[in-house]
Amino acid sequence: MDTDSNPLATAPPAGIGAGWDGAPQAAVLVAPDGTVLAVNQAARLLFPALDAGRPLTACGAAWLSAAHRTFATAGAEAPVTGGVGDRIVEARPVRHPDGHATWWLQDATEVHRIREELRRERERAAFLSDASNALLGSLNVPRTMAVAADLCAGHLADAAWVVAPGTRGRFPAVACLRGARPVSLTLEIDPAELPGLSEALQGFPPVPSRWIDPAQTPAWLLPEGFGSNHAAGSVLVTPLPGHGVPAGALVLLRREDRQVFTADDEVFARLFAARCGAAMSAARLFEQQSSITDVLTEELLPPVLTHVRGIEFAGGYRPAQDTDRLGGDFYDVHPCENGEVLALLGDVCGKGLEAAVLTGKIRNTLQALLPLAGDHARVLRLLNSSLLSSHHTRFATLALASAVREGPDVRVRITSAGHLPPLVVRADGRVEETTCRGSLIGVLPAIEVSGEEVVLAPGETCLLYTDGVTEARGGPLGGEMFGEDRLRRALGECAGMPAEAVVERVQMLTAQWVGSAPHDDIAVLAVTAPRAAGGREETTWTT
Amino acid sequence: MDDVTERAARHANRLWDAAVDADEHAATAAVLEALRDGLDGESVLLDVIGAVQRRVGVEWAANNITVAQEHAATAINERVIVTVARDLPRPTERRGRITVSCVDGEWHALPARLLAEVLMLRGFRVDYLGAQVPTPHLITHLHRTGPDAVALSGSLATRLPSAHATITACQATGVPVIAGGAAFGPDGRWARLLGADAWAPDARAAADRLIADPLPRPQRAHQPRDALPHLADQEYTMVNRSSPQLVRAVYAGLEDRVPGMRDYTDLQRQYTAEDLAHIVEFLATALYAGDASLFTTFLTWTADILAARGVPGATLLPALELLAGELRDFPRATAVLTEARDALAVENAPA
Repeated sequence: MDTDSNPLATAPPAGIGAGWDGAPQAAVLVAPDGTVLAVNQAARLLFPALDAGRPLTACGAAWLSAAHRTFATAGAEAPVTGGVGDRIVEARPVRHPDGHATWWLQDATEVHRIREELRRERERAAFLSDASNALLGSLNVPRTMAVAADLCAGHLADAAWVVAPGTRGRFPAVACLRGARPVSLTLEIDPAELPGLSEALQGFPPVPSRWIDPAQTPAWLLPEGFGSNHAAGSVLVTPLPGHGVPAGALVLLRREDRQVFTADDEVFARLFAARCGAAMSAARLFEQQSSITDVLTEELLPPVLTHVRGIEFAGGYRPAQDTDRLGGDFYDVHPCENGEVLALLGDVCGKGLEAAVLTGKIRNTLQALLPLAGDHARVLRLLNSSLLSSHHTRFATLALASAVREGPDVRVRITSAGHLPPLVVRADGRVEETTCRGSLIGVLPAIEVSGEEVVLAPGETCLLYTDGVTEARGGPLGGEMFGEDRLRRALGECAGMPAEAVVERVQMLTAQWVGSAPHDDIAVLAVTAPRAAGGREETTWTT
Repeated sequence: MDDVTERAARHANRLWDAAVDADEHAATAAVLEALRDGLDGESVLLDVIGAVQRRVGVEWAANNITVAQEHAATAINERVIVTVARDLPRPTERRGRITVSCVDGEWHALPARLLAEVLMLRGFRVDYLGAQVPTPHLITHLHRTGPDAVALSGSLATRLPSAHATITACQATGVPVIAGGAAFGPDGRWARLLGADAWAPDARAAADRLIADPLPRPQRAHQPRDALPHLADQEYTMVNRSSPQLVRAVYAGLEDRVPGMRDYTDLQRQYTAEDLAHIVEFLATALYAGDASLFTTFLTWTADILAARGVPGATLLPALELLAGELRDFPRATAVLTEARDALAVENAPA
C-alpha cells in the first residue's frame, strides 16, 4: 500500500508521538463513531485493508469492531481476543481525553498455543494421577484390568481391550465400550491374528505401540455394541510393561468418524500403559503370594467346631494382632476310637506367626497320638518328649478334655498340663473350678499331671480357656484386669445356654472389656451337654 | 394383615417359644413347618427367624428375658438358619458377587447372616465373613476376591467411627459399599454421612437395590475429613481418648451427690462405671457424627431400659451435669450435653 497517498496515516493526530508509527506493537486510533484515525506500521501488516478515514469494520475482524462499539457506548475497557487470519490477537483499548481510543493489538498466538498445551498437559497429568490411584487401589487382577479398560474407554478411545498373558490359547481379557461397564471374559483366540498383539503379550522383543490397519482386525476385536465391522477407524496395540515380566496388552479402538490416533496419543497411551502394567503386575504378585499364604495358614487356623456324638462343642479365637489371623493359642476336637471325643486347648509361649507354627506342630502330634487318648498322662508325656527333642525353645500349656455321652449327661475326663484349670457351669448357675494341675510341656524331661472327672447334666458346660481371657486389661476405668471373678460371674449367667452362646458371651465380654487396648491371644472352648431332650443328635449320636 | 403375614407371624410365635427355651429341636420343627405351610425361603428367613430376632431385642429391653435367654435364642436361630438354608432350592439366576460383613467390633451377626442367605437365594454369589471382622481382613479379602460390592451391617451406633474407616477402606480398593442396620439410623442418615454408596433399611430392600442396578465403582477414595469437617476441632479424639479419666471423675462426683452410692457393692460399682463408659462412648460418637440426636436417642433409650429394670434413673441427670463440667472447654460436647439434658427433662416431666 502506498502510505504517502494518505496524509492522515503519516501525520497522526495530536497526542500520538513520532515513535508511534514504528512501535513494535500494532496500534489503531479510532474515533468513538468507529472511524479509523490512524494505523501504525505493525497494524498495517496485520490489517492490510485498514486505513485512516475508513471505518474500523473494514479491518475484517468483526470481533474488534464489536468490541469498539461496546467500548464507545458502555465504556468496557477489558481486553478482548479474536482471530485474524491464522493468528490470535489480543486487543486492549486505551481511552484518550478527547474520546478517541487507541487499540493496542498483540499477537497472542504463541501464548494461546502454550496455554492450550498446558491445559491439555494438566488434564493428562490429572488423568494419569487419578488413573494411578484407581489402578493402585486394588490388588485384584480382574478388577485392575477392568479399571484399566474403563479408564481407556473413557479417555483414550471409543473402546478398549485389556488382554492378559494366557496359556494354551486362552487369554483373560476385559473389554469396555465408552460409557458402558467393563465386561470380563476369556478370549480363545490366536493372538497372531491381530498384528502386534502376540509380541505385546510376550513382552519380548520389546516392541513399540503399533497402529493397525482396521481392515486387518479380527472379528472378535469389535465389542458388542461398537458397530459394524467397518466402524473401527483406527486401532492401536500397546504392550503393558510389568515388573520385569509382561503384564499384557492394551488395544485401543476409535470409530471411523473420530480423529485417528496421533503420535501424541501414542505417547500418552504408552505413559498410561506403564501404569496399568505396574498395577497389574503388583496385583498378580499379591494374588500368587496370598494364595500361598492361604494354603499354608489354612492348616493353622482354629477349626470350626460343631456337635460331635451328641455333645456340643464350640470354640472362639481372637489373635493378639488384628492383622494376623494366627497366634499362639489353639484348640481342636477329635472323635476317638474308644468312643470319647477329645477336646484340647492350649497356649504356646509367644505370639504371632512363629508361635502359630509351633501350635500346628503340637496339633499334628496330638492328632497322631489320638489312639492313646484314653490315657491323657501318656499322651502328654509323649508330646513333652517330642517338644524337647525339637529345635523349638518355646514351651506350651495344654488342657485335655475327653467327653462321652452317657444318657442325657456328658462325662468329661479333664487333664491339665500347666494350664488354667477349666471351669464348670452347673445348671443352677454355680461355677466350679476343676482341680487338675500339672507341669508345663516342653521344659523338663519328666512331667507330672493330674486329672479329674466331671459329669455334666443337660445344659451344663465345661469351659476351657487361655489366660488371654482373664488377663485382658481394660474396663470402664482402664488398665484393670478382667480377672477370674468376672469370668466366673459371667459364666454364672450362662447356665443352660448352648455351647456357642457361652463362647460368644465370654468373647463378647472380654472384647468389650479390652475395647481398643492391646491384648493377648484369646481362646475359649466350651463342652456342653445338650439341654433339649429328644433332640435329633441324641437319636443318632451312637452311630 | 394379609394371609402370608398372618401365617408368618404365627410361625414366628412358635419359633419364639422354642428359641427362648433353647430347644433346637422344637425350633427346627417350627421353621420346617413354616416351609411346609407354603412360606417361601425368604419369608421364613426374614418374617419368621428375623422377626424372632427383632423380638429378642425388644423383650430384652423390656426386661422380659434374661441375658442367657437372649444369647441362647440367638444361638438357636443361627442353627435353624443352617437347617433352613440346607433345604432351600438353589436359585436359577446368576448374579454378581457380594461380600457380607459386620462392622469391626460388632457382635450382632444375625442380621448380616440373614442378608447373606437372602442374597444367595436371589442368585448372588456371597462371601459371608460374619461378626468381629478386623478391617485389614476384610480388605485382604476384597483384594483376593474382587466382589461387586460389600454389604456392611452394623447395629451399634458406637461403631460408626469404625464403620467409617471400613467404608473408606473398601472404596479405596474400588469396591462400593451398601450399608444397613440400626447403627446407620432409621433413615440411613449416617450411612450417607459416612459416604456409603447405598443404604437399605432391611435385607429385602438391600437385595432389591443390588438387583435393580449394580453399584457403580467409587470414583475416587474420599478422605474422611471431607465429609466430617467438624472433626478438625479434635473434640471426638479428646473425649474418646480420655474416657477412663472422664468416667473416674464423673463417678467420684456422683458419690458426693447421690445418696447411697458410697455403699454400693463392687458389682454395682462396676455396672455404674460401665454405664458411664457407655455414656461417654455415645457422646464421642455423637461428636464424630456431628449429630446430637445420636446421643439423645441413646439416653432416652437408656432411661427406658433402667425403668424397665426398676432402676431409678436418678444418676443419669447428675452424670450429664458432671460430664458437662468436665467438658466445659469443648463447645460441641457442651451443646450435645445441654440438648440431651433438656430432652431427658421432658421425658422425666410428670405427664
